[in-house]
Amino acid sequence: MSLLHIAILAPLLLAIFIPFVYKRFRSIHTGWFVLWLPAILFIYFLQYLPDIKNQGFVEKTFNWIPSLGINFTAYVDGLGLLFALLITGIGTLVVFYSIYYLAKDKENLGSFYVYLLMFMAAMLGVVLSDNLIVLYAFWELTSFSSFLLIGFWYTKERSRHGAQKSMLITVFGGLSMLGGFIILSLLTGTFSIREIISQAGEISTEPFFILALVLVLLGAFTKSAQFPFHIWLPDAMEAPTPVSAYLHSATMVKAGIYIVARMSPVFAEQGLWIWLVGGVGLLTLFWGSFNAVKQTDLKAILAFSTISQLGMIMSMLGLGAAALHYDHLSENIYMGATVAAVFHLINHATFKGSLFMVAGIVDHETGTRDIRKLGGLMQFMPITATIAFIGTFSMAGLPPFNGFLSKEMFFTSVIHVLSLDIFNLETWGALFPILAWIASVFTFVYSMMLFFKTFRGQYQSEKLKKKPHEAPVGMWIPPAILGSLVILIGFFPNLLSNTILKPAAEVIQSPLINEGHSFDIHISFWHGFKPELFMTIGVIVVGVLLYKTMPKWTAIYNKFPSSLSLNHLYDQGLVHTEKGSNKVTDFYMNGSIRNYMVYIFIAFIGLLTITIIKKDAFFMDKSDLAPIGIYEIVLTLIIVAAAITILMAKSRLTSIIALGAIGYTVALFFVLFRAPDLVLTQLVIETVSVALFLLAFYHLPKINRKEERMRFKLTNAIVAAGVGIVVTIIALSAHSNKLFKSISEYYIENTADKAGGGNMVNVILVDFRGFDTMFEIAVLGIAALGVYGMIKLRLSRRQDR
Amino acid sequence: MLDIIFKIALVGFSLSSLILLIRVIKGPSVPDRVVALDAMGINLAAITALVSMILNTSAYLDVILLFGILSFIGTIAFSKFLEKGEIIENERRN
Repeated sequence: MSLLHIAILAPLLLAIFIPFVYKRFRSIHTGWFVLWLPAILFIYFLQYLPDIKNQGFVEKTFNWIPSLGINFTAYVDGLGLLFALLITGIGTLVVFYSIYYLAKDKENLGSFYVYLLMFMAAMLGVVLSDNLIVLYAFWELTSFSSFLLIGFWYTKERSRHGAQKSMLITVFGGLSMLGGFIILSLLTGTFSIREIISQAGEISTEPFFILALVLVLLGAFTKSAQFPFHIWLPDAMEAPTPVSAYLHSATMVKAGIYIVARMSPVFAEQGLWIWLVGGVGLLTLFWGSFNAVKQTDLKAILAFSTISQLGMIMSMLGLGAAALHYDHLSENIYMGATVAAVFHLINHATFKGSLFMVAGIVDHETGTRDIRKLGGLMQFMPITATIAFIGTFSMAGLPPFNGFLSKEMFFTSVIHVLSLDIFNLETWGALFPILAWIASVFTFVYSMMLFFKTFRGQYQSEKLKKKPHEAPVGMWIPPAILGSLVILIGFFPNLLSNTILKPAAEVIQSPLINEGHSFDIHISFWHGFKPELFMTIGVIVVGVLLYKTMPKWTAIYNKFPSSLSLNHLYDQGLVHTEKGSNKVTDFYMNGSIRNYMVYIFIAFIGLLTITIIKKDAFFMDKSDLAPIGIYEIVLTLIIVAAAITILMAKSRLTSIIALGAIGYTVALFFVLFRAPDLVLTQLVIETVSVALFLLAFYHLPKINRKEERMRFKLTNAIVAAGVGIVVTIIALSAHSNKLFKSISEYYIENTADKAGGGNMVNVILVDFRGFDTMFEIAVLGIAALGVYGMIKLRLSRRQDR
Repeated sequence: MLDIIFKIALVGFSLSSLILLIRVIKGPSVPDRVVALDAMGINLAAITALVSMILNTSAYLDVILLFGILSFIGTIAFSKFLEKGEIIENERRN
């Protein structure tokens, strides 16, 4: 176990101690005991930057279950390191922010930081694992800890609903992904991602490869809130704001992005991959931005904005996959999409984190997050407003912030779609720039809405619960740091390009890198009068127009029928699944033993008949049959007559006597077939059991003691006949198919010699096979004790007799 | 020769059992049925004896004795039930 492993698991280790610290030091905010860890981890991971830049990756293996090929292989490369830095860096800021956001005496801080640390370790594990199973284990841990964090205020119904919804959707995706991983490991014989990548070309023609692709993508799409699985994210906004900032902007929702990026070298040769990742991403981008405009809750706007931005990153990853098909281009234009995706990933984490924190501050200082009640807050909280200004304008993609740069790169890559000539992209590909541009317009509109409706406009003091004022210093420091990063990256984007962007993009495009292509990343503000610049200008012009005329066109949102919305579908789906399964269960589990017997017998008949027919097992061999004498015939007739009497009898007493007659006739059969011990036992037992039946008959309640014939039911008759016929056929076939001789010769020879007995039946019972006898004695003992217990022990008086 | 006699006897006992069975079914009173059942038990004992002679074995002598005991106990139990309404008198009831 190396230092790297310890770094990944450190948050989990710390989480163990948090409850004790929380109990012991009530006067100090527990967050201070947590804060140092992500900070140290951030610095620790920064140290990897030069290594990664020079040699590509660092790998440390810790054997977990080597016999199954499951080892905890920590693997740091450009992509993993980028995510690790995001997780620890923003983690530090979020912990710092939460110290000021969550009240020491009102909230259960111990649980909060335990969940948060669990989540942090899980995310680090996801992005730094090379083993698919370990990755999946951490993946599920992120789902669970996120479930716990969303439901942190578990007394609120909305919180529980959001937690349940996100859990159901992400775990559904997680399980699909596990299926995809297992298929991949079966195809390649390994769980290691790098080894799978090295075999990517060979397995791509396997029939299950496409299934693996779809399953892995399901996992990634559910986690990253892609259409149509994005519905959990807006409901997850019931979580405390630090959680929203951390999980639902910077880290967890990017786990799906990470999986797509990580698995790109495996799947990206497939046209389906480009279409699914690119197409779904684009659809999500549009749908998220379109829906964000109609929201009135700050965090809901941010949630839909996150969905939309994640879709944008996803679609760029999909377009980046097109690069693999153009490796003849010396200047591969599609590689730029991958760089743009990675770049926007970082940018989004910075500005969205800060915006969530701003929303938290607004909520904290005014008591509401509803933009209809907010307005004119700039005069009260200038610092927050500045941070929000930077964040929203970066999100809208305006210069000089970093969002502008990545948006321009995004436009560049979608314009290049037009020159694609693979997988029908030349016809449908035109959708990419159009949808992307429309989505950017909506992005612009909601970004402006977010800033202007909150901080500008009319101050409505009567709608606010408290008088707003500037947030405490600790609360605006973390968003301020993120905001300054936004500007820093905006002005000096090339700080990142060679240290982080290039290694990360190279990992995603590793097949190309191996073929000698290389990334030449130079991000510049000004790249001449290119179409993307005009697109941005168009976005601003149309966006401003739309924003100004908002009251006039927002009515279109009401046109959309709510019965077709995905949330409605999800809710109805849940309700109907529950109702449906209730119905199904009520249908067959109706509490009547008769029905269950019918199921059992029908299954019995069905399975045995099918087996007999499939195996062609019916076979009759008459050579081994004994002659039938007159006594056997007479006795058989008596048994048949008695059995028919039981079925036809009007009174139960007759049935009991007929049953006794059958028992005694069986005893006579034993006489005929020369089994004296059986005769003795059978006679006594039959007498006793008939007496017991009579006892039960005598004590029947008087009221319902109607003497009537058993009613005839066709189903029952058919089932009964079926069982009889099947058993008869099997008995005949079994008798005709004796494969080897009986072992009874041994008993006949050795009963006297070895066991010293004359009665072979008894010698077998107590000597050769005495074990069975012992346990049958036990059975009788248990039965006797049970009867005694049932009679004597009356804990509850019977109500009516 | 002896075998034929056994079989004739067997048929005779079977017939008498059958006739007793009619009495069991028809009744009319419960004591009629009990007496008929008792006689049937003894008949069965005789049938068993005949069969064991046909099969030429002494292994069934226990069975014959058992028939005797069982039909005796059964008849006694039924008689007691008819007379007192219960077979094993329960002390607690009194």
